[in-house]
Amino acid sequence: MTAIAQFRTCPDTGFKVHSAAEKLIKANAVAAVVFLLVGGVFGLSVALTRWQEVHLLPADWFYLALTAHGLDVLLVWIIFFEMAILYFASAILLNSRLATPWIGWLQFWLMLIGALITNVAVLQGDSSVMFTSYVPMKASPLFYLGIILFAVGALLGCCVFFGTLIVAKDEKTYEGSVPLVTFGAITAAIIAVFTIASGAIILIPTLLWSVGYISHIDPLMYKTVWWAMGHSSQQINVSAHVAVWYLIAAVIFGAKPLSEKVSRTAYLMYILFLQLASAHHMLVEPGLSSEWKIFNTSYAMYLAVMGSMIHGLTVPGSIEAAQRKKGFNKGMFEWLRKAPWGNPAFSGMFLSLVFFGFIGGITGVVMGTEQLNLIMHNTLYVPGHFHGTVVAGTTLAFMAVTYIVVPLIWRREIIWPGLAKLQPYLFGFGVAGISLFMMGAGTLGVSRRHWDIAFSDATLSFDYPAAAYLMLTLNGISAILAAIGGALYILIVVGSILFGKKRDEAAAPAPAEPTAAAATSYGSAGTAAVPGTFMLALIFFVTFVLYYFVNWKYLAETWGVS
Amino acid sequence: MAESETGASGGGTGGKPPFMQRLLDNHFFLLFLGVVIPTVFYILWGVMELTQIPVANY
Repeated sequence: MTAIAQFRTCPDTGFKVHSAAEKLIKANAVAAVVFLLVGGVFGLSVALTRWQEVHLLPADWFYLALTAHGLDVLLVWIIFFEMAILYFASAILLNSRLATPWIGWLQFWLMLIGALITNVAVLQGDSSVMFTSYVPMKASPLFYLGIILFAVGALLGCCVFFGTLIVAKDEKTYEGSVPLVTFGAITAAIIAVFTIASGAIILIPTLLWSVGYISHIDPLMYKTVWWAMGHSSQQINVSAHVAVWYLIAAVIFGAKPLSEKVSRTAYLMYILFLQLASAHHMLVEPGLSSEWKIFNTSYAMYLAVMGSMIHGLTVPGSIEAAQRKKGFNKGMFEWLRKAPWGNPAFSGMFLSLVFFGFIGGITGVVMGTEQLNLIMHNTLYVPGHFHGTVVAGTTLAFMAVTYIVVPLIWRREIIWPGLAKLQPYLFGFGVAGISLFMMGAGTLGVSRRHWDIAFSDATLSFDYPAAAYLMLTLNGISAILAAIGGALYILIVVGSILFGKKRDEAAAPAPAEPTAAAATSYGSAGTAAVPGTFMLALIFFVTFVLYYFVNWKYLAETWGVS
Repeated sequence: MAESETGASGGGTGGKPPFMQRLLDNHFFLLFLGVVIPTVFYILWGVMELTQIPVANY
């Protein structure tokens, strides 16, 4: 059968949009935003419960809400959005038709049904096992079944993505190498395949255990294999949001990476080493050797971290190079001062980059060090860290790119431009506060997943320092700020899709230089003269080294040597 | 060496693209590496160690 592909060309950006891909991008993005809303409400209720003066939820509801929050935002919102990114990075950036759109729709419906089933299981109250669902805690079989269906759907999405790469190559819709953003999406899809395979290895037996066909699952074996899925799923996010950074830099500034080779090599480091960082969740397990722990974290993980630091240098570097080419050459930072801080796509992306590096990245390396891990393992420091990576990093980057996707895919203007300018700052600084204050509480020893740090019903009393209570209060206030930013995002996006002014493609004049060119082609900026970016990198390194050694000092104080 | 405008096969120089470029353009080989390396170093090595733990006698 000859597929008659239907394309349109966006008059603003020059992207060639395949209609089947466009519909699937819309469906996945809408589903993502709906689950962000649900998961965000649960997240706010968790933060308000941790705030001891408010202590919103009773214990059983707290654990239910914590489970639903983890699933809906850490998994469902992000993976749905990533499916949209995979279709965008393949069909649209490669000017290609989407391979087998019907499998794409199967992906969508399986993921949607799976997410709904798991949510229903959690809301029924007998599956409050939290996101990690460690055995021997047993959830309803529907809980595991829903996640498995969701994962199968995601795997199908990856198949459609790889199929589209083949179609594009066969039909010669691009020359030479794929664009860097597509390469980032390939990295995300590769990690996704490993993630889903690991999930299948552990969740299918767990489903059979929950219905009684298997008598026993070893908790340590479960935890080891589960984290191959649980942590790698967050590495999909890292690859995807770095691709989004490059995309936004290309669309807004026409920026090209400082060096295609260097950026692609950094992605290769992700492909080879990033998933191994799952081991940092196992650093205090006595059943695993130090060799396994140290190889997988302190050796392999550092190579992946180097990949992130390269991206952290080259993304702002590419923006600086593009800005300097436009004449913003005064001093070290004119390019940054005169950047479009009122454009939510840029401000969201840049805040995401800074918070991901300074908060999520540095603390991730600290936690991945076997000795340092001991002072923060299973404390609130852990969710503090991953709110820095997954929320301030990934979610903020995905929010930022939405401000480009809505006009491009829905052909609607963004409503409430004034509030849209404010939204990334509210959400970004709110989440940065959540992250920092949870890590502060974790440093003071507050355990994660604890309903009541006052231990009011406990037989043996225990008092955390008063500063821990202050940290959780500040965490609650930050969560309110982030919730306002999140609610604004949803209102602006949904409002724009439904009521935004329609963009008239026929009437719009073609731009002199379509911004799509920088995102859809191979090529480097051709300069490394980016002094402002190198200064930012220096500040990062000083912060990194100081924080790293401060934690060794904390560790030294734990066991005093006389 | 100057970077080509389009990547591996679009350079138009007629020569064979560099090894790293061919590696990075071979997406399915990257998929193979990205699945096999963590499977061996994280899952298989980890599971082998766990299976060596003696079962407790009650």
